[in-house]
Amino acid sequence: MATRCAWSTTDIDRPDAMQEFLTALGNQAFLQTALIAGLLASLGCGLIGPFVVVKRITFLAGGIAHSVLGGMGAALYFGYDPYAGALLTALFAALAIGWVRLNWRAQEDTLIGALWAIGMAVGVIFISMTPGYDSELMSYLFGNILLVPRAGLWYMAGLDLLLLLLIGLFYRQFLAVAFDEEFARLRGVPVTLFYLLLLCLVAITVVLLIQVVGLILVIALLTIPAAIAGQYVHSLGRMMLIATLLGCLFTLGGLGLSYGPDLPAGPTIILLAGGCYVISAVAMRCLWRRRARRGLSR
Amino acid sequence: MTEPAIELQEVTFSYGAEPVLEAIDLDVAKGEFLGIVGPNAGGKSTLLKLILGLLRPQAGHIRVLGRRPAQANREVGYVPQYPSFPRDFPISVEQVVLLGRLGTGRLPGGYRRRDRQAAHQAMGEVEIQELARRQIGTLSGGQLQRVLLARAIVSAPQILILDEPTANIDLRLEGDIFDLLKRLNQRMTILVVSHDIAFISSYVDRVACLNRSLVCHRTDAIDGRIIQELYGDQVRMVHHRH
Repeated sequence: MATRCAWSTTDIDRPDAMQEFLTALGNQAFLQTALIAGLLASLGCGLIGPFVVVKRITFLAGGIAHSVLGGMGAALYFGYDPYAGALLTALFAALAIGWVRLNWRAQEDTLIGALWAIGMAVGVIFISMTPGYDSELMSYLFGNILLVPRAGLWYMAGLDLLLLLLIGLFYRQFLAVAFDEEFARLRGVPVTLFYLLLLCLVAITVVLLIQVVGLILVIALLTIPAAIAGQYVHSLGRMMLIATLLGCLFTLGGLGLSYGPDLPAGPTIILLAGGCYVISAVAMRCLWRRRARRGLSR
Repeated sequence: MTEPAIELQEVTFSYGAEPVLEAIDLDVAKGEFLGIVGPNAGGKSTLLKLILGLLRPQAGHIRVLGRRPAQANREVGYVPQYPSFPRDFPISVEQVVLLGRLGTGRLPGGYRRRDRQAAHQAMGEVEIQELARRQIGTLSGGQLQRVLLARAIVSAPQILILDEPTANIDLRLEGDIFDLLKRLNQRMTILVVSHDIAFISSYVDRVACLNRSLVCHRTDAIDGRIIQELYGDQVRMVHHRH
């Protein structure tokens, strides 16, 4: 799996930061693991991100992501794997929010806000009660792609496979539910089931991404590649493909940029993605204006 | 005598304390073209949602093709008044029409050739074939209305239900849409809600006037007295002399 680079054997006079990174990538197992983790996370957010963007459930995904800290804190305190706690809490939060949205629609955003804050508060309290784990709080909040364990890769690959399988099998149903719930219901699609399933997939992806960029930055990696893709293509399937490729580009680029100056990898990845998003949005806006002007003068 | 396509007996519905619909009786025969008119907040859209099985009545019985509404709704095509989706959704016209094929085949997997042929045919019937690859956000109101109609008929329903199909388009297109419905009526029962009684009465067989309760009229029997009963005193009948 390791990406061996030609640079590692050739002699280069002035190795710039990126080459230094690529050289290190050839030698250092932890960087290879980080890269694979980034690519696996990119696939997950490329598949689910477009749904979050077109269904406009970014706030909901944010609520799920932050409530997860409660589960991580509790799992740490009681001596379990914090990511298992994260997954359970994320699924619980997704189902709770989904159930409320389907049944008492008006209070959805209030509930998300409450769940967001309560989850974080529970997490901070449990972590403060767990001796010696104070420093880990930072790594959960901001993630650390360089510390993803080997076993974590298998776990991420498994979740990716599950996402691919479900979306591959039920693409039309997910599309129908994302596009027009009322019509989907009239066509006999079990809307409640597929909506809750979609939220659970969002929850799974969030947990997948927390290891890479941390829970504060999850939303960025989930939405930015999909949002950029949405500026250029007009089908959900193509959005998935482009968002996945962009995600790979951002994680690889962010890792490389952070390596030389020894910056934290997660925030570097996010800033790279965010910068590209702003540039792309401005460029599209200019292009659109120019087209409109040219159309007028014709 | 065959069973009616749609049958309502003593149907009552309310969202809160005030009933929106009261003791509605209605039989729609197979092959009929029925217009439903009435003032705003008279319960027209609610009546459609009851027939579609999206709402359940507090009292009374509804039968659609002899079944309960929720079980029959795959045999029903529905064109909503407002598109219930965001216009900037990344989806093409063809994909929207194909979604109307859901519920006709197996659950998992993609579309089959049958589905694509049906979509092609439906788009041809409403004359939007050249729009197939366009993103829905780039369409005009009249074009979008045709897309919604194609999505509703692509599953070859026995009943077609339309809620104010011409509310957002101009008068010339309104005639086009009703000519199209008249053609579709040769193979399906049609129920259309409209606020424009004068316009639809030249197309439909029968008009149901709905304002909490329901009265049916043959289209040739509509006069000023009926309209006044329905809308109250403040509405005057305008006689057109051409």
